[in-house]
Amino acid sequence: MLTFTIRRLFLAIPTLLFISLVIFLLLEASPGDPLGDVPLTVPPEVRERMRAALGLGEPWPVRYVLWLKQFFWVEPLYWTDQWFGTNFSQGAQRIVSFQSRSPVFDVIAQRLPQTLTVVGMSYVIGIMIAVPIGILSAYRQYSLFDQIGTFVSMIGFSMPTFFTGVVLIIVFGVNLQWFPSVYDTTLVVRDWDSFLAQARQMAMPVTVLALYNAAQISRFMRSSMLDNLSQDYIRTARAKGLSERKVVLKHALRNSLIPVVTVIALGLPAVFGGAIITEQVFRVNGLGQLLISSIYANDIPMVMTLTFIFAILIVTFTLIADILYGVLDPRIRYD
Amino acid sequence: MTEPTRTPSSDLAAAGGAATPAAASPPVVPAPETVAHRSQWSDVWRQFRRHRGAMVALSLFVGIILFVSIGPLLWRIDPTFVDIRARNQGFSLAHPLGTDQLGRDLLARLMAGGQVSIAVGLTAMTIAIFLGSLIGILSGFFRRLDAPLMRMTELFLALPLLPLLLLMVTLFREPLSQTFGPALGIFFLIVTAIGATSWMQAARIVRGEVLGLKEREFILAARSIGTPSHRMVTRHILPNVMSPIMVAATLGIATAIITESALSFLGLGFPPDFPTWGRLLFDAVDQMVLYPWRVIFPGLLISLTVLCVNYIGDGLRDAMDPRIRGR
Repeated sequence: MLTFTIRRLFLAIPTLLFISLVIFLLLEASPGDPLGDVPLTVPPEVRERMRAALGLGEPWPVRYVLWLKQFFWVEPLYWTDQWFGTNFSQGAQRIVSFQSRSPVFDVIAQRLPQTLTVVGMSYVIGIMIAVPIGILSAYRQYSLFDQIGTFVSMIGFSMPTFFTGVVLIIVFGVNLQWFPSVYDTTLVVRDWDSFLAQARQMAMPVTVLALYNAAQISRFMRSSMLDNLSQDYIRTARAKGLSERKVVLKHALRNSLIPVVTVIALGLPAVFGGAIITEQVFRVNGLGQLLISSIYANDIPMVMTLTFIFAILIVTFTLIADILYGVLDPRIRYD
Repeated sequence: MTEPTRTPSSDLAAAGGAATPAAASPPVVPAPETVAHRSQWSDVWRQFRRHRGAMVALSLFVGIILFVSIGPLLWRIDPTFVDIRARNQGFSLAHPLGTDQLGRDLLARLMAGGQVSIAVGLTAMTIAIFLGSLIGILSGFFRRLDAPLMRMTELFLALPLLPLLLLMVTLFREPLSQTFGPALGIFFLIVTAIGATSWMQAARIVRGEVLGLKEREFILAARSIGTPSHRMVTRHILPNVMSPIMVAATLGIATAIITESALSFLGLGFPPDFPTWGRLLFDAVDQMVLYPWRVIFPGLLISLTVLCVNYIGDGLRDAMDPRIRGR
């Protein structure tokens, strides 16, 4: 297990390097000009100096290696400086956004909490809905509950989140006026009232994402539970007189959760990706919104860093899912 | 088909003297005929018809396709015709679903938008399935290609797809629309982008199937009579992996349609005067407080199409699974 983990960790490094190169070359091939907004009256030599100031003068391999150095060396050094009060990163240039002229990671740190609360909450709630539904659907296969559950979850992952979000806004935000339709990022939770306001504004985006996740996870839960309920050891457990509750919730559920846990781990990065759309619908000022606005603004360092962070998330969670699978299921042997 | 066997010989005899020799052995003659008519696909179809949800979905999907393809021939209002005096109208006989903020007829726009959305879904799916099957078969059949191709598949699976799609579409829309014209250029771009980023699942499934097939006796037999590799693939491997490919293809249409609408919804899809369902939804969001229907209709059509395609895929999977079909 340990050797497997170490081998996978070493494999992840070239994967990530390759992905960063792909993203970098894609951005490099783009015809967009970060100086497109500069007025035409600016003389060409000044324009040339502005390009050099943005670090665009060098050939692309130099800039790529420089970005790698900034991402993997300068930024971690800067964080250690922040935490331990040292000054290793003295004089080193951090990754700077073209758009806001401030370090990319500072902007990301500002936006991250919004995305994490909305995405995290929705994923947790989605799992909490999905697991009981999946268990019940499998336990009463082909019952009315199962058929309705199947139909609803089919609808759940057929309806795109941008449509469910807009419908929720029309119904609950506009007609019933229960929830605000625009997410207020400046709200600080200080007392009970502001907490209620926060809960109200989170309700709709979290519901949209939670339903979408619950639809997918409950399908997995159901099929995995069905697999286990027809196994011999369940019959044995029943035959030796265990209560039905113990058979289902202890014997069958524990074994059925193994593949579901890995699916949950694998799905997490995709949820971050899907949150891009939901954030746009509800105007949540998070990472997805940051990505889209920086794509519009040709903010190459920001786009590069954000996309790469998404890639890191995917690689990390794939690794976690593989390791979890091996840890939870002793039948799986990687070595 | 079984009727002749049940026919009493007296009837046949009454019909004419010529029928008497045939009537001597009635049960033997029709039996081979019925067997000859059974093929794998008719079996699949028979099983598919038993899946009620899939049949409803199939008829709805055919209905939607007819609506977007035949509809514009019957409802002859130009979807891009601007009639500023008739803007923001409600439901009426002249405009059954009303008009938008520029007075364009919503029904005509939904039909035109559906054509583009479904065309994008089908084309992107075709590209993805072609790539996926090619890579899957190559990597399953030729041992030397297996490791590099699967590493590549894993690399693609690790790419953050939605951000990359957004990136590709924004970066390359200008040059492509200059070479091919705004509509066709964006169509090529979106279709290629979606196709090139969604072939990985199909490749993995096909590879797994091919690996299993390769161990079977008929492959060994074909090899022992000296079948060359290319014919091996086209005659023996490909027909046998058709069913997982078809299921993956059906589900691929659904994801492609959703991805295209998502891109359009983020304002990064087709140009504004070129309706697709996602674009119609995006354009209507600004006025959803006053005219919620303009959001609901395209959204419903997207969801309904995707739901139908998903159900058809589900039914196909059941129908093609020989373990279930035997029952």
